[in-house]
Amino acid sequence: MFARHDSLQAGYDVVIIGAGGHGLAAAYYLARDHGIRNVAVLDKGYLGGGNTGRNTTIIRSNYLTPEGVKFYDESVRLWQDLGEDFDLNLFYSTRGHYTLAHTDSAMRTMRWRAEVNKHYGVRSEAVDAAFVKRGIPSIDMTCGGHAPILGALFHEPGAIARHDAVAWGYGRGADRRGVEIHQQTEVTGIRLQGGRVVGVDTTRGPIATSKVLCAVAGFTPRILDMVDLHTPIYVHPLQAMVSEPVKPWLDPIIVSGSLHVYVSQTARGELVMGASLDPYELHATRPTLDFVEGLASHMLDMFPFLSEVKVNRQWAGLADMTPDFAPIMGVTPVEGFYLDAGWGTWGFKATPVCGKTMSHTVATGRNHPLIEGFGFDRFARYQLTGEKGAASVGH
Amino acid sequence: MKIMVCPLNGPRPVAEFAYGGEVRRSPDPNTCSDAEWSSYVFNRSGSPGAKYEWWCHIASGFWFVALRDTTRDVVIATFPAEAVRRGLPTPGATVGPAPAISGGAA
Repeated sequence: MFARHDSLQAGYDVVIIGAGGHGLAAAYYLARDHGIRNVAVLDKGYLGGGNTGRNTTIIRSNYLTPEGVKFYDESVRLWQDLGEDFDLNLFYSTRGHYTLAHTDSAMRTMRWRAEVNKHYGVRSEAVDAAFVKRGIPSIDMTCGGHAPILGALFHEPGAIARHDAVAWGYGRGADRRGVEIHQQTEVTGIRLQGGRVVGVDTTRGPIATSKVLCAVAGFTPRILDMVDLHTPIYVHPLQAMVSEPVKPWLDPIIVSGSLHVYVSQTARGELVMGASLDPYELHATRPTLDFVEGLASHMLDMFPFLSEVKVNRQWAGLADMTPDFAPIMGVTPVEGFYLDAGWGTWGFKATPVCGKTMSHTVATGRNHPLIEGFGFDRFARYQLTGEKGAASVGH
Repeated sequence: MKIMVCPLNGPRPVAEFAYGGEVRRSPDPNTCSDAEWSSYVFNRSGSPGAKYEWWCHIASGFWFVALRDTTRDVVIATFPAEAVRRGLPTPGATVGPAPAISGGAA
């Protein structure tokens, strides 16, 4: 599927660190839209092996801030014809997305999000309990009697997709246009001269380049240490699990912030489930029994008939969290060093638009207009982009 | 990390504890620059390593400091909160259950 390159070249126009969805999408659009093809994508592991292959594949644009809504809506638009673009089946499946509200204050946030969404042309509605019951007939509306469902934010374009295929599609598209993908190639240092990037050191030798894009999710702080940049990013593991396949019964995507659950059913019939972040900092992807117990008990609050269904697998990824639950993107104080980070628990859905906007930013040296609310310098200006209210579950 | 040694209560299951973030020193808000203050408010040491952290034993409401390796999830040492009053303690100074609290009737 990809060309093999036995050795690195002495230099590239752009070096992208991280061969996940975001890094490969940026490489793809650099080559396709900006004609920059002398690009290397480096990864210390394997293609799509980080958070691209570990998320729960939900795609939505029902955010809270105008910056967020416009940005994610462009992403949802880009998703629509991506499969055709790649000539690869992404299993993109529009399901409708319910964010359940179990309290009056949650209902108020749903109305707020619905109004911001509609203002920007995104199809979201605050709906009542009867609407939820019609959409999800099998749900226990009382949630075991202790968290009755009052209503929801219904987001019609909510979708799921095959996450691995997204990395493969972008990777293959970039590869065919001349981009070199080097797996098992770890960046060990970034060379600066007079505050500008001049190259990177890797486990397979040095590379000369004037532009580096860092798209490494939970490993971002380690790369930032190499260029002496400080950010609010902190890393907690985020776990997920999947059930054995069962016959199709759950069409929409269900999220409950109060019960800390998000769940959808894949084309194979598996239930893909996630919950909140692990409660403390850790740079390892070990799973825990606490997580399975907590998530399973909340799943049973909503769907008691699942009590005999088995959990097949669980895993974790490293989430690069920010205090305002918005990413940190674009130019940095180090000339030639571009950042696509702070993607915490919300990065998969943004893969296409991150590729688009970061390729523009790297090619022109100026932030794309859609990412201006996500700038590196917003913390020093105390101008945060508060998206916590639109996070799937209260972290 | 499944067991944490609380300086007050001894070894307890980790589910009984809450994480309170890294032990950090605030700059003097009256004399520091805006940049120093915003860096203190927002920036964190995101890289892995051995870090001094605040932890609370929830059942007893007891706050203390743990030195923990955030790569391996291993607690190297725990200290009562008094230990950080004049700077960070060194590992080995008070490892494991704390000495009995003196001054009161046992």
